[in-house]
Amino acid sequence: MSGAATGRETALDDGWELVVGLEVHVELSTATKLFCACANRFGDEPNTNVCPVCLGLPGSLPVVNAAAVDFAMRLGRALGCEVRPAVFARKNYFYPDMPKDYQISQYDQPTNIDGRLKLPDGHVVGIERAHIEEDTGKTTHVGGGGRIHDADYALVDYNRAGVPLVEIVSRPDIRTAEQARAFVRELRAILLSIGVSDARMEEGSMRVDANVSVRPTGSDELRTRCEIKNLSSLRSLGRAITFEARRHVDLWSSGERPRQETRHWDEAGGRTTPGRSKEDAEDYRYFQDPDLVPLAPSAETVAAIDAALPPLPAARRAELVAAGAGAVPASDAALLVERDQDGLVLAAISAGADPGLTVTRVANDLAVEDWSKVTPDGLASLVALEASGRVTATQAKQILADIVESGETPEAISERRGFQAMAGHDLAVTVDQVIASNPDEWRRFCSGDDADRKKLAGFFIGQVMRATKGRADGAAVNRLLQQLTHGPTSD
Amino acid sequence: MTALGVAAAVASGERTARSVAEDCLDRIGEGDGEIGAFNLVLAEEALADADRVDAALDRGEPVGPLAGVPVALKDNLCTRGIPTTCSSRMLEGWRPPYSATVVERLRAAGAVIVGKTNLDEFAMGSSTENSAFGPTRNPRDTSRVPGGSSGGSAAAVAAGFAALALGSDTGGSIRQPAALCGVVGMKPTYGRVSRYGLIAFASSLDQIGPFGATVADAAACYQAIAGHDPLDSTSLDRPQEPVEGALADGVDGLRVGVLAELCGGGPRQETGRTGNDGPAAGGVEGVADDVLSRVQDAAEALEQAGADVRTVSVPSAVLGLSAYYLIAPAEASSNLARYDGVRYGLRVDAANAAEMNVATRTAGFGAEVKRRIMLGTYALSAGYYDAFYGKALRVRTLMLQEFAAVYEDVDVLLCPTAPTTAFELGAKTADPLLMYLNDVCTIPSNLTGHPAISVPFGRGDDGLPVGVQVMGPALSERLILKVAAALERAAPGDGNAP
Repeated sequence: MSGAATGRETALDDGWELVVGLEVHVELSTATKLFCACANRFGDEPNTNVCPVCLGLPGSLPVVNAAAVDFAMRLGRALGCEVRPAVFARKNYFYPDMPKDYQISQYDQPTNIDGRLKLPDGHVVGIERAHIEEDTGKTTHVGGGGRIHDADYALVDYNRAGVPLVEIVSRPDIRTAEQARAFVRELRAILLSIGVSDARMEEGSMRVDANVSVRPTGSDELRTRCEIKNLSSLRSLGRAITFEARRHVDLWSSGERPRQETRHWDEAGGRTTPGRSKEDAEDYRYFQDPDLVPLAPSAETVAAIDAALPPLPAARRAELVAAGAGAVPASDAALLVERDQDGLVLAAISAGADPGLTVTRVANDLAVEDWSKVTPDGLASLVALEASGRVTATQAKQILADIVESGETPEAISERRGFQAMAGHDLAVTVDQVIASNPDEWRRFCSGDDADRKKLAGFFIGQVMRATKGRADGAAVNRLLQQLTHGPTSD
Repeated sequence: MTALGVAAAVASGERTARSVAEDCLDRIGEGDGEIGAFNLVLAEEALADADRVDAALDRGEPVGPLAGVPVALKDNLCTRGIPTTCSSRMLEGWRPPYSATVVERLRAAGAVIVGKTNLDEFAMGSSTENSAFGPTRNPRDTSRVPGGSSGGSAAAVAAGFAALALGSDTGGSIRQPAALCGVVGMKPTYGRVSRYGLIAFASSLDQIGPFGATVADAAACYQAIAGHDPLDSTSLDRPQEPVEGALADGVDGLRVGVLAELCGGGPRQETGRTGNDGPAAGGVEGVADDVLSRVQDAAEALEQAGADVRTVSVPSAVLGLSAYYLIAPAEASSNLARYDGVRYGLRVDAANAAEMNVATRTAGFGAEVKRRIMLGTYALSAGYYDAFYGKALRVRTLMLQEFAAVYEDVDVLLCPTAPTTAFELGAKTADPLLMYLNDVCTIPSNLTGHPAISVPFGRGDDGLPVGVQVMGPALSERLILKVAAALERAAPGDGNAP
């Protein structure tokens, strides 16, 4: 199977196979909430983005936000789903941070069904559905132990109530913990690419639950699953799946069976703990919400969404790798696409910049929020300066940082800062001085084996860099060192 | 004086809006102690509203079609900054931060809001005896109920406390009290009037509508509140032709169907049914003979006015009551979940949020509300949904089909509004099912979403008013108002006037 288990976290006992499906809640980054005109914004003062509708005040009525539906359909199409006529349903249960004590969601007629997500390793995970629903408010337990059972009181912030969500439900096609993480990473990349969510797990705008079960390898049965909640990072996701799978294998192996239940991941304890079991699961009494009318997107609407869909991450990564002609590693391509810098790099490459060096500079030295002042031409000029040896790598990094701030041309910055790589006679003099100051090291360099020589070359390059305040080109220093031990090369 | 009479007198300067409001408040002050139509009288606000109308007139500014007309609002319509209770302990003292769309529209039309009227708690009931604040009495006979759930609004118009009133109608809650109080009450097509700001009972059935002493008054009020509202997704965005002009038109040539199943029996024998089918062959039971006689009189009156009257059959009409008492409680169980003590209204403190919720709902809701929440919760539960709620939805679909078919043959339908005239207070409170039967003739229009109007037509054997109901297909308000106006003109002499 492609994407077979690698790494210790995924190793299961012989004869057992992991079966995982994910449920991912994603907050859509629309300007306003799903059913009212309140701002959809994270981090504001509690209960400032609220109105009668999202507070569920008596007599208020929801009106669906067309932009949220558009975002959801865009996501559906990006996941290869069929976009269908849909109805909103009420999911009824009591909770203090849910203003109406029911959640407006989609049930038996969701907007998106039957899609797929292809992981970078080629493994394909089916998407059962991606439906629209509203978020709840947020409860903070205060005083006492600060946990739900021992707090003195609770505060509720309804700013999040009514924020549009899409819940993406995968089929149980995931076979390793690494695949689960790759699924979430790839989904996040898609969300960012199509601009429908900022998908931040740490801020809760992307929340992942994992349905975990195991089965004998080669079987196609689906055994009792547990739903793992409270997974706030990719690391938690991987650890929780691995822990839970081992727990299931141990139970089955000792003649017991897991109970179908919700379990919570305890990050500190590195284990899952039991929550609600199937027997006391709530009956949500779903029924069509009579306050809303069905959604009936036309074929033209869906066609327009398809036409406007930007290139997806897989295609963007492939384009970057192809443009690099072997010089761009897949990991850098993924990083640049995630940071939305692939367009900049591609443009710089087509302006003549060296692909490998361009990607290295951007991947390593442009991890900043705002890089709007970096133009393809500026980047190409910078890479040309560095590639030709006119500035050193260290200087190039400084210039890039200056461009981010000021937007000046690399040439202007280089001149202002007095940058130019030290070369020729000046560099040779400096190298001689450094050798003279470090005779023991030089002796060992000349007589040592390859490992010693490599280590000591690093030492001498470092000394030269210090002496020249970074204006030397490390590669040029290394060439000089080799020449001094072996005599001038023929060229 | 009628609402249109008041509006004309105020607009012409013959009377000031303030003097109208003062008279109205005087009548309330004198009479409402006995009737109990109002939960809250808005004396200061009404006088201020009236003064604004007068000031606008003084400045020569245009005023609306209801300028200076005193209007009462059922107390399940949100009024900004003014307590809105649904006659429930749960919402006692709650002041909405916004007004219902209909309230804004009435104000824009120049109406003067005089108070909030009593209702069965959360509009669940047919007698206004389920109010947490005590019952309303029928101004025609204070030993009798005014009907419900909009009993306060019907009584306010019948007693002359207001020229117009708004109610809400989920299963007959405008039409049945209109019939029992001898006034006109209309339920418009579902979606014609915005529900924004109407505190929900059963969202797919609820519709706001007018009460008036005359058909023309009710028509003018309807005209002022109807129309598309972007705040209500179920609001219809359809052109609306003025209704007033149609009222004087005759009914010559109009095809009127007397709906057999709601008039004491099933289809007539000549349709091929045998006597073995008995009354169960289709007819609802319990419609009183004197009420049936008045409906017959009304049919004859229309025939004399030139209408083509025939008896028609809609077999599923008798299933309406059962379907309704699954669908309405199901929606109510969800709509009323939000009264949890967390954000507004009553809170009864307890050890934790879940217990606080239970304590609050136990103390805040009356018996009938609890009964319907339980019914509805059950009907939606896993394992019961298909047998109850699902089946009720199928009945609803069947009724839509059968009514659509009958409207191929006739333009409007005629039947009783309520099975009896106003009954004694307490007569049905011990037997919920008996109380539910009050709605048997009105429920079909809620399930189909079609408009229907109740118009007084003569009296029962007890001397109390009888209402006859005119039903029409979707968006036929103009048509049913025309038929109601014809019946009003033909009604036996003595006094529908308050």
